Amino acid sequence: MSDDPILALEDIAFGYAGRPALFTGLYFTLRRQEHIGLYGPNGSGKTTLLRLMMGLETPQGGRVLFHGIPVDGQTLHRLRCSIGFVLQNSDDQLFSPTVLEDVAFGPLNLGLKRHEARSRAMETLESMGLAAYADRQTQRLSGGEKKMVSIASVLSMRPEALLLDEPTAFLDDSSRDKILRILQQQDIARIVVSHDKEFLEQSASSLICIASGKI
Amino acid sequence: MQHCSPTPSAFCHFDPRTLLLAATGAALCFSLVQSLALAWVCLALALVLAAAGRPPLALLLQRLAVANFFILFLWVTVPFAVPGDSLAAFGPLSVSREGVALSLSVTLKCNSILLCFLTLTADLSLPLIGYSLERLRIPVKLVFLFLFTCRYIYVIGEEWRKLQTAAKLRGFIPSTSLHTYRTLGNMLGLTVINSIDRSQRIYEAMLLRGFNGIFHTVTELKAARSDVLFAVLFFSTLVCLLAADICLKFRNV
Repeated sequence: MSDDPILALEDIAFGYAGRPALFTGLYFTLRRQEHIGLYGPNGSGKTTLLRLMMGLETPQGGRVLFHGIPVDGQTLHRLRCSIGFVLQNSDDQLFSPTVLEDVAFGPLNLGLKRHEARSRAMETLESMGLAAYADRQTQRLSGGEKKMVSIASVLSMRPEALLLDEPTAFLDDSSRDKILRILQQQDIARIVVSHDKEFLEQSASSLICIASGKI
Repeated sequence: MQHCSPTPSAFCHFDPRTLLLAATGAALCFSLVQSLALAWVCLALALVLAAAGRPPLALLLQRLAVANFFILFLWVTVPFAVPGDSLAAFGPLSVSREGVALSLSVTLKCNSILLCFLTLTADLSLPLIGYSLERLRIPVKLVFLFLFTCRYIYVIGEEWRKLQTAAKLRGFIPSTSLHTYRTLGNMLGLTVINSIDRSQRIYEAMLLRGFNGIFHTVTELKAARSDVLFAVLFFSTLVCLLAADICLKFRNV
């Protein structure tokens, strides 16, 4: 298996309009089976870094590489189908009316047939102990349940890497432990952004601090 | 997708599309009926349906009460406004026979339609209604607009309640004052802005999972022989009702 990075940021410059530059000359790589924990003060650009990787923000300089290929309009869709991004707010992530529909949304977009997407979604839910939630309405789930279903909704796409933005925010210890267990079961590469140092230490093999636009 | 509620009605095992088509057909047919006698038949038919379906009675009555509250306004105005034979007079105002007949007809038809809809769709969840509409070839954008509204109306409502709580916690007591109107305006504005921001984030979440402009669903709906039988019986009854109405109209002419 090649050790080429799945994702790489090269010489990235980025800043939001009307504000000082957030990143200048930033380099970052994510390799296979690498588990990175990312922490830093509020406003240091942790979420922005993930958004840059997923093509939700366009850098003013430098480039984003996916398997060594610069990300452009054509490769962006492939990147998003290969890298799972769990958003901080699950209500933004779970837009389908039922859990099953939401978890099957990604597989359907990958081109799977209806019955295949359905069984892929059920398989993912079962592997996470969430099979009983399949017909539940997403708006009626608790915070912890929503977060787990959010993770299921990206895992059902069988991604080669997972980016998680504050997966434990507003969760109790029990939900936090469940998410940790789920993450530990996955051997795919991941970047976890969190303020919860203990969670990062348990879920990541290397910790990276981001502050003042530097890593 | 399972669609039987915890207290299932007799129609719970029918295909949701059959039920939606039947309810829509009934609404169309009942609204076209012009004879007052047949409007009573419509109500009788709806009552038979409700008796057979046994939807949750309290909820049914509650919803009928809300609809009839608005119909009450019709009774206050229409009998006085429609010209015709006078039944009674209150000073300069007179109640016409035609006005009363029209109000009664609207009341009967409205209640019949509501009863049919509430009975036939009692077991259907909003998502199931959405996916059934999609299979019935309703434009997919409209269907997903409906589904997204169902999904996020709770979230927006929750945000509105949080803003209200935040205002109350800082001593805000609504009154008829400029301060109240300004505060409520700010809260409403903020809710709209938050909703726009959220819609942007949801769109991003969709793109992140490979959305390319086409909506797909995994919900499978299957019509059984019992659906066909029910549909044939139900629509035959509706056609007979319309035919009887046309006959009555020609006889009166």
